[in-house]
Amino acid sequence: VSASLKTSNTLAGWGRMPVVPGTERRSEDLRALTAAQHLSRGLGRSYGDSSLPAAGDLEVATTTLADRILSFDEDTGILRAEAGLSLREIYRLFLTRGWFTPVTPGTQFVTLGGMVAADVHGKNHHRDGCFGAHVTELLMRVADGRLVTCSPTVETELFRATVGGMGLTGHILEVAFRMARVPSPWLWCESQRVRDIDEFIDGLKAASAEWPMTAGWIDCLTGGRHLGRGILIKGRWATPAEAPAHPPRPRKRLTIPFEFPRFVLGPLSIKAFNTLFYWQPLPTGVVHPESSFYPLDVLRDWNRMYGRGGLTQHQCVLPNEAGRGAARRFLEVLVARGGASFLCVIKDCGPEGVGLLSFPRPGISIALDIAVRKDTQELIDALNECVIKEGGRIYLAKDAFTRPEHFRAMEPRLPEFLRVRRRWDPEGKFRSAQSVRLFGDAPRTTGSPT
Amino acid sequence: MKVAILGATRGIGRAIARRLAERGDTVFLLGRDETDLNQSASDLKIRAGKPEAVAGVATCDLEEPGSFAPALDRAEATLGKIDAVVVTAALFATQDRLEADPDFTRRLLTVNFANTVVFCEEARRRLLAKGGGTLCVFSSVAGERGRKPAILYGASKAGLSQYLEGLDHKFHAKGLRTICVKPGFVKTGMTEGLRQPPFAGEPDQVAVDVCRAIDRGRPVVYTPRIWALVMFVIRLLPRFVMRRIGF
Repeated sequence: VSASLKTSNTLAGWGRMPVVPGTERRSEDLRALTAAQHLSRGLGRSYGDSSLPAAGDLEVATTTLADRILSFDEDTGILRAEAGLSLREIYRLFLTRGWFTPVTPGTQFVTLGGMVAADVHGKNHHRDGCFGAHVTELLMRVADGRLVTCSPTVETELFRATVGGMGLTGHILEVAFRMARVPSPWLWCESQRVRDIDEFIDGLKAASAEWPMTAGWIDCLTGGRHLGRGILIKGRWATPAEAPAHPPRPRKRLTIPFEFPRFVLGPLSIKAFNTLFYWQPLPTGVVHPESSFYPLDVLRDWNRMYGRGGLTQHQCVLPNEAGRGAARRFLEVLVARGGASFLCVIKDCGPEGVGLLSFPRPGISIALDIAVRKDTQELIDALNECVIKEGGRIYLAKDAFTRPEHFRAMEPRLPEFLRVRRRWDPEGKFRSAQSVRLFGDAPRTTGSPT
Repeated sequence: MKVAILGATRGIGRAIARRLAERGDTVFLLGRDETDLNQSASDLKIRAGKPEAVAGVATCDLEEPGSFAPALDRAEATLGKIDAVVVTAALFATQDRLEADPDFTRRLLTVNFANTVVFCEEARRRLLAKGGGTLCVFSSVAGERGRKPAILYGASKAGLSQYLEGLDHKFHAKGLRTICVKPGFVKTGMTEGLRQPPFAGEPDQVAVDVCRAIDRGRPVVYTPRIWALVMFVIRLLPRFVMRRIGF
């Protein structure tokens, strides 16, 4: 096939930055597709370079056509599917039947394979942990070409390195996990205005003791006395008595048709948005699951709002041991740098999961959407230095800017992960642009396989 | 409705089978590989929320005409009366590859034209014997006009479209609803690796159009719809223009 017939020859993550040379290969047959590839990619919702090929690799195996549900046991709730099945399909097919994934991230446009690779978490992390905690088995293609089944009890090391391992231990072909029973397809939410960061953290901890889902939005342009003011949201599944009789209708989606010019998400408009958002009337009651779980999914291609430069996200967890002041110190760094963030989400995390590199640990997680500008590298560096000082760490699925020395300083778990990975992939077949940047993988030299 | 689908495990056939099963129709899956068929059957049963959504599966390979009659017999025996037969299976390769590989060219022409027609003959005889039904077959916009990027593939589909039109003329009064589907570029495994033209469609969207055409008995369906307009223009282009452009 001549080069001119290939699809567009660049790839990017959800942040549209960085952009690297690369082509997605797709097939319904993952076993055939993955035989010659060095990285799998799902729906491309990781923000940075996690799903991008390492320099010299040029292709990734995109799993989205492999989306069959292979089995579902109504008694145990265990669902087994090919890795390209999207959360949106699971949501569409199962929610009205009283089942849902035990954990959902903030978008439905992710694949099961991606949910395992990033070991995603949701608003219920303090109670139910990461997605990996509910995975019962994975079928993988490992570096020597074999198909290997791993689980919490079989090939445990491979399993623990793959959950949260960003696709660097092999291709995930099939995922089996335990679905959760839900009393209705609707949610019950309550919100409260919070005046500053200390009140926020106390509020989150108190809410988490009683509510299965908690999260908060922070106005991160306001400093001083009201640093960290925002809205704390608490939720649970609505009971059948509370829920409307009809199932939630699929929401209409709007498309952001073009890249917005820079001023649209500039400090002034964010300030105005934040003030309005903070003072909005706070509803209590039954909420559409999509508007609660996936507020941004109604805007197709919302990443275009961030303009040509793209966006990045910085998400870190600051451990409980660092004390209540850690979040305040982190926000002070952000506010001092004027790092206007349109979206700042705070959430308390529960215990660490099974994955050797899984992101969450007991503490406070803060996620910031940041439009990429000239000074973004310095901003991320400053935030990371604060994270290191507090003993926290960052979420790889969001990252595009972290320096390798910073990553090593915040990840004492990295050597153990690399050891297991070397055992399964001694020649370093699997790699991504991110693993080259952060883990010290060598980019592939074109030509001879040396 | 009871529908037998050849090519239901992949691409547009998979999307059509899902749509039919989810809305309550019963499907019978025909395809090359038994394991693959069974996995698709599981997928459809779970999506439909009831095991009756898939009546059964049978192996049937467009490269093996001997497999046609037994497979359709099994479908008929299982379903009782078949209301519709859908054929999405076919071979595909780019013009460049076909020009370089005469063996594959022969295979493609045989599968897409001769063997598909033989399969359709088996299917329409069975449908007519029970008083009629729908025969919905995937041709292509590539069969509308001889064009540089799809000469050989297009020729196989042109022959198929012609055959389907004739069937419609002859058997419409006897209750046979022949549907010739002409998809434009659709993002499936078949077109994987090709540069996407404007108006590239999604399999789910094609499935919606095709199911509607089956319900209404439309003889010709362009999908996504915009391709009807695109092909209308292309049919009007004079030869000296077609010689110059690359499309």
